[in-house]
Amino acid sequence: MPVLARWIERAGIPTAVVTMMPALAEERLAPRVIGVEFPYGHPLGVPGDTSMQRQVLELALRVLAGADAPGIRVDLDVEWPIPLREAYRSWQPKEASPIVKVLLETGKRPG
Amino acid sequence: MKVDSYRFLPRSFRSYYEGRGPFAGEEEPVWAPFEKRLQESRIALLTSAGLYMKKTQSSFDLERERTHPEWGDPGWRPIPAAADAADFGVAHLHINDEDLLADPEIALPARLLEQLIADHVIGSAASEHISVMGYQERSLEGWRDKTSGEVIAHLRSQGVDGLILAPA
Repeated sequence: MPVLARWIERAGIPTAVVTMMPALAEERLAPRVIGVEFPYGHPLGVPGDTSMQRQVLELALRVLAGADAPGIRVDLDVEWPIPLREAYRSWQPKEASPIVKVLLETGKRPG
Repeated sequence: MKVDSYRFLPRSFRSYYEGRGPFAGEEEPVWAPFEKRLQESRIALLTSAGLYMKKTQSSFDLERERTHPEWGDPGWRPIPAAADAADFGVAHLHINDEDLLADPEIALPARLLEQLIADHVIGSAASEHISVMGYQERSLEGWRDKTSGEVIAHLRSQGVDGLILAPA
């Protein structure tokens, strides 16, 4: 996704990436990065929590419009309100994804 | 607060993502200045949650991914800004889709964007946002050769001034 952002940016359209993995987006040189410490599948926040979602989206828009050079990263100072163990478990699919199944069967590590 | 990028990732997967550096051929900064005031700007959204309109669009191809686990569907879907939550399907084998189906705004906040227009935070929104499926082959070949060009043309045709991308 950071690379897709770069291609779109190179075409002249400013981009901002809201991501659970801001370190990766930085390494991949996404021009503008907003970090959120949320479980996967939830970049804007908790379902139904429009106040939280608005905090994220407004921050992203401010960074999109206000940054003046590539490589900016701003992290959102909001903690996920669900206990870590529960949140860690609940974002994952009920059935392991095909690639994870292969990795588990072969005992290989990803990458 | 500095976000821990690996907080919700299984520990054994960390090495897959950490310290990989820039993508090959993407080592230089890129930059398009945001020229307008936010209040006068048209904004589009892009999600990688594999959202699609289940009555009018085909799903992303999960069957091929099941038989070719290193492959992910590189296509994209235009998502009408006015779509109802009930219109969405989710095609993504790497995340639990329950929360996305309950509230697609957590990945594609189109309703919220409308509220920000009403509150004069932004000027307008694209009439169609964009959905992709985030799990892709390592080379990103399909995105590079086809999807990125189509997405850029789609954004240009709508006069978009800026794009918020939200990886799932």
